[in-house]
Amino acid sequence: MSNLPEIVDALIVGAGPAGLSAAAELRRLGVGRVVVLEREATPGGIPRHCLHSPYGLREWKRLMFGPAYAKRLVREAEGAGAEIRCQTTVTALHPGGEVDVSTPDGPRRIRGRVVLLALGARESPRAARLIGGTKPGGVMNTATLQSFAAFSKHRPFHNPVILGSELVSFSALLTCRTVDARPVAMLEPGPEITARGVMAMAPRAMRVPLLLNTRITAIHGRAQVNGITVETNDTSRDIACDGVVVTGGFRPENALLRAAGLALDPGSLGPRVDQYGRVTDPAYFSAGNVLHPIETAGWCWDEGRRVARCMAAALNGSLPPRDAATPLAVTGVRQGDALAYALPQEICAPATQAVPAFDRVQMRLRQPFSGQVRVQGQSHWIASRPERRITVPLHPTPEAL
Amino acid sequence: MTQTAQTYDIAVIGAGVIGCAIARRLTLEGARVVVLEKAADILDGASKANSAILHTGFDAPKNSLELACVQEGYREYETLHAQFNLPLDRCGALVLAWSAEQEARLPELMEQARANGVDDVAPLTGTETLALEPNLNPNVRAAFRVPRESLIDPWSAPHAYLLQALLNGATLKRNCAVSGGSFDGAIWTLDTTQGSLQAGHVVNAAGLYGDRIDAALLGQTQFTIRPRKGQFVVFDKMAAGLARHILLPVPTATTKGIVVCRTVWGNLLVGPTAEDQDDRDTACLETETLHMLHAKGAEILPALAQEEVTSIYAGLRPASEHKDYQIRAHAGRNMVTVGAIRSTGLSSALGTAAHVARLLQGQGHTPAPLPAPHVPRMAMLAEDGSRDWQAPGNDGMLCHCERVTWREARASLADPLAPNTLAGLKRRTRATMGRCQGFYCGQAVQDLLAEGTDA
Repeated sequence: MSNLPEIVDALIVGAGPAGLSAAAELRRLGVGRVVVLEREATPGGIPRHCLHSPYGLREWKRLMFGPAYAKRLVREAEGAGAEIRCQTTVTALHPGGEVDVSTPDGPRRIRGRVVLLALGARESPRAARLIGGTKPGGVMNTATLQSFAAFSKHRPFHNPVILGSELVSFSALLTCRTVDARPVAMLEPGPEITARGVMAMAPRAMRVPLLLNTRITAIHGRAQVNGITVETNDTSRDIACDGVVVTGGFRPENALLRAAGLALDPGSLGPRVDQYGRVTDPAYFSAGNVLHPIETAGWCWDEGRRVARCMAAALNGSLPPRDAATPLAVTGVRQGDALAYALPQEICAPATQAVPAFDRVQMRLRQPFSGQVRVQGQSHWIASRPERRITVPLHPTPEAL
Repeated sequence: MTQTAQTYDIAVIGAGVIGCAIARRLTLEGARVVVLEKAADILDGASKANSAILHTGFDAPKNSLELACVQEGYREYETLHAQFNLPLDRCGALVLAWSAEQEARLPELMEQARANGVDDVAPLTGTETLALEPNLNPNVRAAFRVPRESLIDPWSAPHAYLLQALLNGATLKRNCAVSGGSFDGAIWTLDTTQGSLQAGHVVNAAGLYGDRIDAALLGQTQFTIRPRKGQFVVFDKMAAGLARHILLPVPTATTKGIVVCRTVWGNLLVGPTAEDQDDRDTACLETETLHMLHAKGAEILPALAQEEVTSIYAGLRPASEHKDYQIRAHAGRNMVTVGAIRSTGLSSALGTAAHVARLLQGQGHTPAPLPAPHVPRMAMLAEDGSRDWQAPGNDGMLCHCERVTWREARASLADPLAPNTLAGLKRRTRATMGRCQGFYCGQAVQDLLAEGTDA
């Protein structure tokens, strides 16, 4: 390893929708060297293996499939003059924007004058859900199933069960078709499906039984899954299947943040950011699903762009000091009870020269809630459910109201 | 029956950690060894799941064969690990007392340790214990420290043992179950699912099937395997900072109890349970038990309550009705049975192998040590070891959570002990074993394995 780090103007960790849109925007704003680090062999993030629509409506008013959308993101970033380095894994974050990376040629150190952490989120696996039984092959998250569909000639199973009914669960259902698999059932532990909108019609359209109030208690099989045990209203029964798709339950990819000692939000498990997208070390910014598991690619793309503008402002010295931030004031609903998280978590005294990346507060619920909520001193009537995004205007200084 | 039965000096039945260590020892002593494993891969039975500790034997029954084998195995591992590039984390263990009754038992346990030759145990007050382990539940009353209890890699070690045997001329047959055999006074003929073969001596290291193999070959057995299941939960690397030592409870008459300890890979594990069952093949995980283990871990290290479980597993110990190992040379039969290695097999394997080699000498097997045996150098998988991703030319990372490189994974598939199952590839490389459990790399890993095993 050479002793001196490479220095770039803006360093972006993660070439998904948030990171790539930020890279393009930074270049458009005239930032000199913009380098995107991506640990996978190809850039684009999760959309690379989402073989279905809808993508691209917010961005380019076009209806696109995931892989085409990912390619377009890459084209926009590279076209604007950003450099994307794949197979480059960030292994540690140091104070002030210096990061350790691992490359096929060995370790390196790079310093960004500003750094964006667009690390994304992942589904929680079978183990984290403490699902009992044996550990056969054929148990996987939606993303892994999608990767089989997009990148592999191998077929992971023929007749899987799908666990969950979030939006991504329906992606799993649709993806099964592209790997010639016929799901035998979709399981939801609650009384109704979690996702809303047209996706909810998919099980019926595909003639897949939707089992509500049903949870999995065990997975069976040695080399490959040969069945599962489920429980519906205290009644147990077995379902024959050769795979289990464990969907949703997204968590931010936060290991680097934790190892670096950056403050996390216990509700989102992502970093605590101010309205400019800065984490507790002001050299680092964050955008995309590492902040909020889980929003759409289009939402992350827009957020990447907004945070990029704040990064450019930081390079011009026009952001207020980060260390004077105060916690976002939310009353009327408690984090940990009905409220999962509210973002941004911290508010700085506003700077006149810079537009905040977050001009609205984003909230998610853990359970259905209706009532009066005060955010930064402003009252809002909220009546919503966990799968809905809630936003209210952000007023940086409550006392001024 | 085939006419051209292959002939070996010694047939070792079972490629668990014990069989692997025996194959190594006998090969190095000049024997032509064949290892017969009924499963698709080695380490598929009792050896696939344990707590990955190298024990000193401080709590082993006094004057037991187990104690002797554990201590001889410990000493040999200490001298071997560096040349094989195997990890050894000398973190030490603390035996923790949480009640007055438990505290009252500490002196007798320390006395036992000293009687077992582990004379460096040291008592600690509650305050001293908390100074060593500040994340421990402050209700701890007292403890004693066993400085030489250590952590090792439970899979790389037996892989190294068997790989050394293979590099020096031994043969491994996988998917090769022994169904019976006969001894003509000089030569054994073994019937297997891959035909018959002949060997001068037979070593039964069949683990969970040890009594069945004895019955099939000798017509009788002196022990009965009573599988004892152990379930574990594993926490992510962030939790490993919560404890330095192996944290042990005061044992009861029936069980050593639930351990909390780091792994050499930088995780933290909690387990095992001790549940007797009849099934010798399947170790079923139970959701309620996994929740109990998480809660138990959080009782000992309160910060664990907030940590997410990364991995869950269960294993079967080949316990029997006897307290001690059941290792016997069968007079006039050119056979040694290594049975009921109930829970310390990883620690004792090298010592058990040396003991078995001596028993075989007593049966007329003459060693002729290899003058300059090949020594394999294993891929270092320990978190704080020198890893491949830190070296140039690694071809990039395949598994990001565990930082497994493409070069490492491909090398594993090209090795004489190449895996032929996903579980085998995971044990050899750690690919998909991390926090994402294959979310990112699961498909790439499975395709790599499919390419590797098609070739």
